[in-house]
Amino acid sequence: MDFRLTDDQRALRQGVRALLEGRFGREELRAAVDRAEGRPPGGGRVLDRGLWRELGAAGFFALRLPESEGGVGLGLPEAVLAFEEAGRVLLPGPLVATHLAAGVVPGAAGGEVVVTSADGWLAEGGRAEECLTEGGAAGGGAAARGLACGGLVEWLDEADVVRGDATGAVRLASVDPLTPLHRLPAGADGRSAGGALRAARTPDRLVASLLTAAEQLGSASRTCESAVQHARTREQFGRPVGAFQAVQHLCADMLARVETARAAVYAASVTADPADIAAARVLADEAAVRGARDCLQVHGGMGFTWESDVHLHLKRAWVRTHRAGGVTQSEEELADDLVARTV
Amino acid sequence: MDLTYTPEEEEFRARLRAWLAGVLPALPPKPSPHDWPARRAYDLGWQRMLYDAGYAGLHWPVDAGGRGATPTQHLIYLEETEKAGAPYVGANFVGLLHAGPTIASEGSAEQRARWLPPVLRGEEVWCQGFSEPGAGSDLAALRTRAWRDGDDYVVSGSKIWTSHAEVADWCELLVRTDPDAPKHRGITWLAMPMDAPGITVRPLRTLAGSTEFAEVFLDEVRVPAANRVGAENDGWRVTMVTLSYERGTAFVGEVVACRRVLSEVAREARKNGRWDDAVLRRRLGRLNAEFRALWRLTQWNVSEAQSTGGVPGVGGSVFKLRYSHARQELFDAAAEVLGPESLDLGREWSLDRLSSLSYTIAAGTSQIQRNIVAERILGLPRGR
Repeated sequence: MDFRLTDDQRALRQGVRALLEGRFGREELRAAVDRAEGRPPGGGRVLDRGLWRELGAAGFFALRLPESEGGVGLGLPEAVLAFEEAGRVLLPGPLVATHLAAGVVPGAAGGEVVVTSADGWLAEGGRAEECLTEGGAAGGGAAARGLACGGLVEWLDEADVVRGDATGAVRLASVDPLTPLHRLPAGADGRSAGGALRAARTPDRLVASLLTAAEQLGSASRTCESAVQHARTREQFGRPVGAFQAVQHLCADMLARVETARAAVYAASVTADPADIAAARVLADEAAVRGARDCLQVHGGMGFTWESDVHLHLKRAWVRTHRAGGVTQSEEELADDLVARTV
Repeated sequence: MDLTYTPEEEEFRARLRAWLAGVLPALPPKPSPHDWPARRAYDLGWQRMLYDAGYAGLHWPVDAGGRGATPTQHLIYLEETEKAGAPYVGANFVGLLHAGPTIASEGSAEQRARWLPPVLRGEEVWCQGFSEPGAGSDLAALRTRAWRDGDDYVVSGSKIWTSHAEVADWCELLVRTDPDAPKHRGITWLAMPMDAPGITVRPLRTLAGSTEFAEVFLDEVRVPAANRVGAENDGWRVTMVTLSYERGTAFVGEVVACRRVLSEVAREARKNGRWDDAVLRRRLGRLNAEFRALWRLTQWNVSEAQSTGGVPGVGGSVFKLRYSHARQELFDAAAEVLGPESLDLGREWSLDRLSSLSYTIAAGTSQIQRNIVAERILGLPRGR
């Protein structure tokens, strides 16, 4: 047993980090936010298709596709490392849905096609190939079989392909400037007897949840670093604020959440065990949301401004908590797991 | 990222499991948690059985009498013994996990030969004489004095929170040998025989009702200078070695135990109808996430330790911080499941709930752990 990253995995992480830092650094992030802000209501492209194709060329979407099918032939651990990096830089777009569509939707693997998914299709019986909708507009195409159970669709207007049934989707004024959102109508069958939303444990839903956790981890890691950097340099009362125990303890708790979530996310990528994935999700969601809040607090008044990037991390983290089986569902699954098997 | 065990490790696990299955049913019943002489006898008896079977000091170096097991084998050992319900390390805690590893790492050949075998064979119990009334979290503020007189150090002062002092043969004692040096510099690590004249032990009753620690008063106690481990005034560095062991591996078995308790709590909730409460159910689900993650964090730390030659790093502070809170939340959740029954001290988990209150204080408070994380891992300026 050696849980640490292999040399190849370290190299992969470095490669993805270098690519993203070069292609989607802070200036590109802020430019994307400005583009999204200036977009006319209901239209205007924000997603950088050039970047999307570069990601495709680098193998970001085809990472887990077998080499025989033109993919990179790597596994979940590598995908998790790549998505962690995407989370660090707040890379926009339906990354998880497109990654899952590689090998299923033509053009997705190479980044020529942007694919999103209606979260509801992940519910029971959902088979991706049966419920593709062309064109991306809300309401078009084949209806899936009783799959709608509410939920959100990210990037509906900009996607070339929507997996699942987005019929009747309603645009939201998304809290995250870089994630346009539509809400799906709740279906009659979507709720279990207990009243909780219970999506099936399809392989794709589990992977979507895990990759979301990886993005959350990257974001949490980044906001922790940002808080620490600020605390080291920002002076009040004649000394860096990081010398004050109250601030130190905020930062220490941030790191403790990041490292605990990291262990859970990496382990889940190795075992692919549904309960491990649910645990990873719960801890990574918490690390990202609370980490961004604490980072904002450490930044003080500056943290509350639009110019600071902290709010972008917090808002995206909030959006991600609703994707592919959120916290309530993960906690319920973990509760079931307690009585289903012995340690 | 590899979580699979090698065939050799699996074989080790299978052998250990078979041995445990053979010996555990024949063990005498556990003594009352309040009866320390009986607990000493019980814990030493178990240690002797481990010794005879070749499992004593598994992770200690071979030249210290141990088996030279890798951190991964030690992890398997702790996991399997806990899963099988084997006795807790108990009175042997300080000897096996603090003093022993410290002497193995810092002691002379004579010192290792004198002190290590009796710990492994289950013949001698150690206690820890670190904290003082004025030096708890600020351990380096300790004032117990020792001065040289011929071949002896003469020690006067007092210690507090000394676990197992009542039944210990030896005390790993921190004393101030240079009062004029900066406070971290003038400290020395001594092995003090607990039957030396001038030692008074006054057991302290904990809020859980037991007397597992004590106040120890030292009135011109003579400790041979040969009992000094490490150089004079170098005791702080020696102590840091000890504490890194404490934070690195001391709680591994407990995480496994907590995961088992959590499953039992969930089953209890199913039985008594509390399971219908979605808030409680999800609280237990979240605790499942936490303890799963703590187990993975343990595997991560063990992998790191394996790559650095076995000495656990500061990552132990992150673990200790999260674990001590999770443990308290676990027994609070158990109390929630039990309802009014949780007020019955005879009920399972009630004493555990009380004991768990010490976890955010002992072995470095959560606040101290946060300081360590902030300053030593994150590199924030020294606090005030």
